[in-house]
Amino acid sequence: MGSPKPLKKLLYALPAPAFWLGVWQLCAFLVDRHVGGKGNELLLPYPASVWNALTAMAGTGAFWSTILASLGRISVGLFCGVLAGGLLAVLTRVSHWADRLLSPAIRVVRAAPVASFILLVLLWTGRNTVPAVISALMVLPVVWDNLSRGIQAIDPKLLELSRCYRFSRRKTATLICLPSLRPYILTSLSTAAGLAWKSGVAAEVLCLPEPSLGQRIYYTKYYLDIPELFAWTAAVVVLSMLLERLLRTCLTRWGRGWGM
Amino acid sequence: MIACRELCVSFGGKAVLDRFSLQLPESGVTVLSGPSGCGKTTLLRVLAGLERPRCGSIEGILPRETALLFQDDRLLPWRTVEQHLTDVLPRERRGEVPTLLALAELEGEEGSYPAALSGGMCRRLALARCLALPARLYLLDEPFAGVDPLRALRILERLKALPAPVLLVSHEEAVLSRAGRVIVLEGPPLRSCRL
Repeated sequence: MGSPKPLKKLLYALPAPAFWLGVWQLCAFLVDRHVGGKGNELLLPYPASVWNALTAMAGTGAFWSTILASLGRISVGLFCGVLAGGLLAVLTRVSHWADRLLSPAIRVVRAAPVASFILLVLLWTGRNTVPAVISALMVLPVVWDNLSRGIQAIDPKLLELSRCYRFSRRKTATLICLPSLRPYILTSLSTAAGLAWKSGVAAEVLCLPEPSLGQRIYYTKYYLDIPELFAWTAAVVVLSMLLERLLRTCLTRWGRGWGM
Repeated sequence: MIACRELCVSFGGKAVLDRFSLQLPESGVTVLSGPSGCGKTTLLRVLAGLERPRCGSIEGILPRETALLFQDDRLLPWRTVEQHLTDVLPRERRGEVPTLLALAELEGEEGSYPAALSGGMCRRLALARCLALPARLYLLDEPFAGVDPLRALRILERLKALPAPVLLVSHEEAVLSRAGRVIVLEGPPLRSCRL
């Protein structure tokens, strides 16, 4: 007999997706009835049509090369945004002057429309660079904001302990600062991963680098291939969730060395 | 001879130590007692270099040669009992972990995290961690808070055997009656003391 745990987990996880799949099927059916069986695939395709489109696409090499290209661009953007956001959070917490100088600029980046940035970066750089730059720019303020709050929330009594017990800077960072920041790092990474995909794919749709998910989404609009649009969107959602899970796992394993 | 002379410390204009002087023996346990808020913790923090006195001096010891047990445990929830000790022990003294665990009566708890320990056990872990630091003077702020009296007395006897002098704050009657030297403080502000 197999372990009941995976089955229990599956039974716990299944009802919500099954419910929403049912809602989708019902809505597609109602749309189908409304248009008299003609053209419902243009408005809201059935889940089965999307699944067929996805499996047909997944059988081609172009699908995987497109996914790899977009994954590469967006991962680079995410990495740069997280790194820059983290470094700026430390800098603005450590130096009052850096805070006064940089915080307003980061807030402007956070508030500015992503479309304006996409067009500006397209003018300044090549179209292949835009998705990574945009992902980094969108991720940076989120990571900066979360980590700044995290740094502020580190228990001053523990920092006093580290001074009194003569901990080196490295020891203070690994034994006190990083474990205290762990929940803030996890929150910012999961938000950042989703944001990087959203903004990166939006940039690809507008700049059409080749090959890219955004370009394929753009062409589905061109040819009114709505099941394929849904299929590419599903691929983006799955990739975003996988990347977030991968980051969380890496962070947990990495953190074990510090007893986090 | 470790001594503090004419120490003055004030917070927000309120004097806590007012020309306070004290001499400590070269070894053994000296217990500080007195009403809450009379300046005992401030005196320990001054000796540990965490508060800067407005006037006066400390002779015979530098702040970096002391080890302070804070009034609160300040344990790291993500570190085990053993890790708390190895984090502060110099590399060449890592083998002393069992001795320190025995001193604080925490044998068998090496792998436990603070969340799994009782209040008294956490206090004893904080004490063991403080004693793991190399120091010429141990400053212990209420090391027996939450520790049962019999165990506190056993640990007190072990503290008496340490090579470095110990200055500890305590309110426990049993500890006061068994300590070699008790100083009763009156304040605030802390001006004088009586043996």
